[in-house]
Amino acid sequence: MRRSSRPWALGGGLAAALALFCALPFLVALYRLDILIFLLINVILAVSYRFLTLAGEFSLAHVVMMGVGAYGSALATKEAGLSVWLAAPLAAAFAGFLSFLLAFPLFRMKGFYFLIGSFAAGEAIRLTWNRFRDPFGGPGGLVFIPSPEIDIPGLGHVDLAEPRAFYFLTLAIVVLTIFVFHRLERSRFGLTLHAIHWRDVLAESVGVHIWWYKTFALMIASAFAGLAGALLGHYLGTVNPTQFSLHIMLFVLVWVIVGGTRTIVGPILGVVVLTVVDEGLRGLDEWRPLIYGAILILTVLFLPRGLESLPAVLREHWRAARERRHRAPLGGEPPESDRPPP
Amino acid sequence: METAVQTLVNALMQSSFTALMAVGLVLIFGVMRVINFAHGEFYMAGAYVVFWLYAQHDLPFFGAVVAAMLIVGIIGLLMEQALFRPMRDNPLGGLIMSVGVLFILQVLAAVTFGVGLMKHIPPLYPGAAPLFGLEGVAVPWQRLVAFGIAVVLLAAFWLFLKRTRLGWALRACAQDREAAALQGMSINRLALLAMGLGAGMAGAAGAIMAPLVRVYPYIGGPVIVTAFIVIIVGGIGSLEGAVLAAVLYTFFHTFVATYLDGTIASILGLVLMLVVLTVRPAGLLGKGEKV
Repeated sequence: MRRSSRPWALGGGLAAALALFCALPFLVALYRLDILIFLLINVILAVSYRFLTLAGEFSLAHVVMMGVGAYGSALATKEAGLSVWLAAPLAAAFAGFLSFLLAFPLFRMKGFYFLIGSFAAGEAIRLTWNRFRDPFGGPGGLVFIPSPEIDIPGLGHVDLAEPRAFYFLTLAIVVLTIFVFHRLERSRFGLTLHAIHWRDVLAESVGVHIWWYKTFALMIASAFAGLAGALLGHYLGTVNPTQFSLHIMLFVLVWVIVGGTRTIVGPILGVVVLTVVDEGLRGLDEWRPLIYGAILILTVLFLPRGLESLPAVLREHWRAARERRHRAPLGGEPPESDRPPP
Repeated sequence: METAVQTLVNALMQSSFTALMAVGLVLIFGVMRVINFAHGEFYMAGAYVVFWLYAQHDLPFFGAVVAAMLIVGIIGLLMEQALFRPMRDNPLGGLIMSVGVLFILQVLAAVTFGVGLMKHIPPLYPGAAPLFGLEGVAVPWQRLVAFGIAVVLLAAFWLFLKRTRLGWALRACAQDREAAALQGMSINRLALLAMGLGAGMAGAAGAIMAPLVRVYPYIGGPVIVTAFIVIIVGGIGSLEGAVLAAVLYTFFHTFVATYLDGTIASILGLVLMLVVLTVRPAGLLGKGEKV
């Protein structure tokens, strides 16, 4: 019974969150807007990463795919003179295509091997940016990346380098991202990914071409990571290889694990909560990774399904406590049918 | 000619440290099925112990190396006891735990010793030994000492694994955990032993390298990448493979780095690893485990 009311609760929650995010740029100081924009970009990254893990494989190349988008879009606008509106989607598509090529070696592997293999592939790409000054700019990266501009009838010429305007552009893309991945997960395609995760051999035996499904998931997730990267590059105006190192990838892993991967809400929650924690730690910058590490370890130990499972865990806890109080005098265990399904 | 000989010697020295790192990583993976991302930070911790005891407090160098092994070994034991044990049936959980430890150790090192300044540790034996009577070919004494320690440690570890009952138990556990448990071996104790030994060897590697490199909190990064490449190429879970791959890969990397460029050497190394994973996932000496 509770289940049927949940989509409404979820929809209401999302609408409230959206309203809050629309109001936020008018409530906070301008310098904080930076943080909000990074938060939104990180939401795209985390949500797409979770989709990639649906089929059960954890990649360590996701942040590098973000970099592919950032570098691609920067080069397309700077060198080829394309408009940002064309360059960013192209760069995202290129990130998807590159991950399609990588899928040939990578999806021969599973588990650890996939993890390490994806790391090798990503790091090789990243070192290429680091090594080749032409065209990637070497360790210093690319600078003076143009920001998007648009002519809106009635509003005139809008330069999206202005943080508030850029914020709304990013917010729109976040909404699109969440919508796309939500629909994809509910589709036949997403359900098949779940099937591959839990019973890959069985799925294969009923005619699912596992490689194609995993590859599609990787491509779509990488394309969105690339889009996030393009946003980052055009907002900051500069990209360099350290922005996409293993360290950053580990942060994404922390967001997703701490938030939880069972639903799309998990990674969003992870990004938001850890960003808030970050802000609380302003001035303690050097301690930041330690606190991230501690939160990660504590989450895995005590809340293995992530923050998103917190309400359910608490509810279960209270229910059990209440039951102990009521039933203890009778000395009865709760009947089997009262227990939640595993 | 001289450059070639010098590079050859450098590669030989370097491969012993790489092997020391890789062997510990393989042991931990074999016994516990956990990829320890914090292994590079063990190395870093070992280097800092030497900096702290030898450079700051004037303890004898060899004493500092032993202390580094012990301290880092104990870090490993604590990690196994508190973090890996609850994750025994969840391989990804163990990996995530080690990522958490990686962050924590890096921050602790940065906060205790400061980030900005790289620590230079004066070598115990300054100067270099000429080799083969060739002019221009020389090995710093410190490097020779480090090489000696690494080889002795590797030999001792090998003997321990092949000649003692405990070593047999470790290998049995790495081959088949359930069967080993059925024979009455305590998986938890063997895991502790593996973690202590693996961490200790990584600590030793960091300790003997400390006077040869600049020490800073993030030196573990490149080291763990090299160790990953080596254990994959050697066949994950194979100790002999790890040593063989350490030698081959280090020679490859040193020569490419000398004659071309260090970054290109790393890129080629990563591509090599990808090729090995694709074509021969079991690695050079792996037991053909299904990937």
